[in-house]
Amino acid sequence: MKRHLISAADLTRDDAVLILDTAEEMARVADRPIKKLPTLRGLTICNLFFEDSTRTRISFEAAEKRLSADVINFAAKGSSVSKGESLKDTAQTLEAMGVDAVVIRHHASGAPYRLATSGWIDAPVINAGDGTHEHPTQALLDAFTMRRRLVGRDAGLGKDLNGRRITLVGDVLHSRVARSNVQLLHTLGAEVTLVAPPTLVPVGVENWPCEISYGLDEVLPKSDAVMMLRVQRERMNAAFFPTEREYSRRYGLDAARMAKMPEHAIVMHPGPMVRGMEITAEVADSDRCTVVEQVANGVSIRMAVLYLLLGGSEPAVTTPAAARTEENK
Amino acid sequence: MSKILIRGAKVLGGEAQDVLIDGETIAATARQGEIDLSGLNLSAEDVTVIEAEGQVLLPGLVDLHTHLREPGREDSETVLTGTRAAASGGYTAVFAMANTFPVADTAGVVEQVWRLGKESGYCDVQPIGAVTVGLEGKKLSELGAMHESAARVTVFSDDGKCVDDAVIMRRALEYVKAFGGVVAQHAQEPRLTEGAQMNEGVVSAELGLGGWPAVAEESIIARDVLLAEHVGSRVHICHLSTAGSVEIVRWAKSRGIDVTAEVTPHHLLLTDELVRSYDPVYKVNPPLRTERDVMALREALADGTIDIVATDHAPHPHEDKDCEWAAAAMGMVGLETALSVVQQTMVETGLLDWAGVAERMSHAPARIGSLAGHGRPVSAGEPANLTLVETSYRGVVDPAHFASRSRNTPYEGRELPGRVTHTFLRGRATVVDGKLA
Repeated sequence: MKRHLISAADLTRDDAVLILDTAEEMARVADRPIKKLPTLRGLTICNLFFEDSTRTRISFEAAEKRLSADVINFAAKGSSVSKGESLKDTAQTLEAMGVDAVVIRHHASGAPYRLATSGWIDAPVINAGDGTHEHPTQALLDAFTMRRRLVGRDAGLGKDLNGRRITLVGDVLHSRVARSNVQLLHTLGAEVTLVAPPTLVPVGVENWPCEISYGLDEVLPKSDAVMMLRVQRERMNAAFFPTEREYSRRYGLDAARMAKMPEHAIVMHPGPMVRGMEITAEVADSDRCTVVEQVANGVSIRMAVLYLLLGGSEPAVTTPAAARTEENK
Repeated sequence: MSKILIRGAKVLGGEAQDVLIDGETIAATARQGEIDLSGLNLSAEDVTVIEAEGQVLLPGLVDLHTHLREPGREDSETVLTGTRAAASGGYTAVFAMANTFPVADTAGVVEQVWRLGKESGYCDVQPIGAVTVGLEGKKLSELGAMHESAARVTVFSDDGKCVDDAVIMRRALEYVKAFGGVVAQHAQEPRLTEGAQMNEGVVSAELGLGGWPAVAEESIIARDVLLAEHVGSRVHICHLSTAGSVEIVRWAKSRGIDVTAEVTPHHLLLTDELVRSYDPVYKVNPPLRTERDVMALREALADGTIDIVATDHAPHPHEDKDCEWAAAAMGMVGLETALSVVQQTMVETGLLDWAGVAERMSHAPARIGSLAGHGRPVSAGEPANLTLVETSYRGVVDPAHFASRSRNTPYEGRELPGRVTHTFLRGRATVVDGKLA
């Protein structure tokens, strides 16, 4: 494993499979009466959130606490950042306080990369979503969910997603989830298709390891998983598509469209869902929709990432005390 | 006044000559060893001799596009520090852009900048006046008053912003005809570049940074050359950055439209691949483009489609760049490295000889800006504005040695060729042996 997790592209196939396998071990902790490991006891992790994100922050916080880390939550709103303090100063202040790792969510693409490479701090940096760039732990939890559903919970151990056909639908242009997923799913051997109106496909996408389609209906029968991306309300007024109604008709997922998918295929969404536009309530509430599982899996994945980045070179659950030696700390 | 004999320099990269400076002018030029001091009633003791064998002598460089930041952002640069940087880079005259605080949109502000330039003593400073009040693009500034001021402004630009209103641009082009002025356009269609952070393309798609499409520049250039043709005026296009822009300017010139264009050194060398580092030192307006664009710009500069090299020297204090990409200021310093970058990209690639460099970095910018006394031939009777370059020099750029107040260079740690050993402003050395006098 590398020192930081900034981009899904940083992960090799073996790195990614190791994280997924470790997350399976971590998931078992959730089934215990006491959902806690002593693995990161004595370490302090700061969740540095420059952008609101209740779901991701709580997921990281739950993961950190289950690994017994001390947690500092920093939200830019109402902090010194709103008084003009820079990312650099904030990060250095936290490091001076003895933070061992930084989980950062930032509205600016590249901010976690800058934090990890600029020499401002020494601590490992985990990207919890940066601008329209990447959200690697989201991609990992998505891949974890797909592997469990499409390959099997135990049968999937050690395996990737080779040959699985994954379709991502919606606002690819502004989606860090899409960028990370395309990279990671490709690394794991899946065939990825992006479906979006041309206005929401980035110029330069031809270099991405995926197919592009402007129509959803023809792709659905060939999909093992269909991931609906969130369309932000502000995009609706920026001429990316004519109306919410038209978007919904062309790119929304309803029961009729879901019926075109193979029987085993699943429906995914990184949340929060815009019901009625991106996805109908009928689809969102169906057994094929994995949204709630994705949330649960997010905690396991983040536990795995934190564990591996902060010292775990040995099985996480079986010998947790041995995981943090001075050499691999 | 002292007399200086520059001995054995290759004038415009050609034959080795001796050049005698007497006071503010070039007194004589002759083949090496043929200046007869006694014939000029001079003894060897009367003359300071500079041995310049192997060095290239150029007319003092002229930069049509410099940000000196004074008044208002003296933490980035002042007229004094900026002109010291200019002299270090071989410049004897710079045109100071109007986006200061307050904006240089009145006779008072341009006269202030002009006077500060006079006092600096390192380099002539010719202020550029804003086209519109406050650079807001809504109302024409008092262009005539700025021209009639002591600063005698002839170049007008809202640089940093585009004059995007076609009517305002048309009126500006028409109005400055009254006194031979020129409008220098920062071509950037604002709606197409909302939220733009870097060149739109493969790299922006990957990095998730807002794309800055080439067509945002090209569409404005296309409009403006047609406007210039329509009203019979001349227009200058700042910092071309795309292959498409080159094609439009080439077409306009072939049609007889009175258009001139500039390219920056960084657009001749650097590409958007560098943005993968997310290092804001590469954040600049217009953005770094692709290898294909860089090659097109070099060819266009070589064949004369692009008339001049201009630095777009844009100093920023450290803290404005030592941050995340989106928060960082756009721009890079360039006065002290421009000639080296041109040597590397144009001379050492065989695209341009030194006479061509002199045309594009001295004669033509002075001509476009109607600046008397600069960009003149290296010959007897002309003002002694001269730059001596040790072209065989190779060195690693260390911004700690910059004379500019700011250090935001993309070349730190990069080896570049060439070194300005001497700069003369009207016969007075402003740089001696590579150091400011």
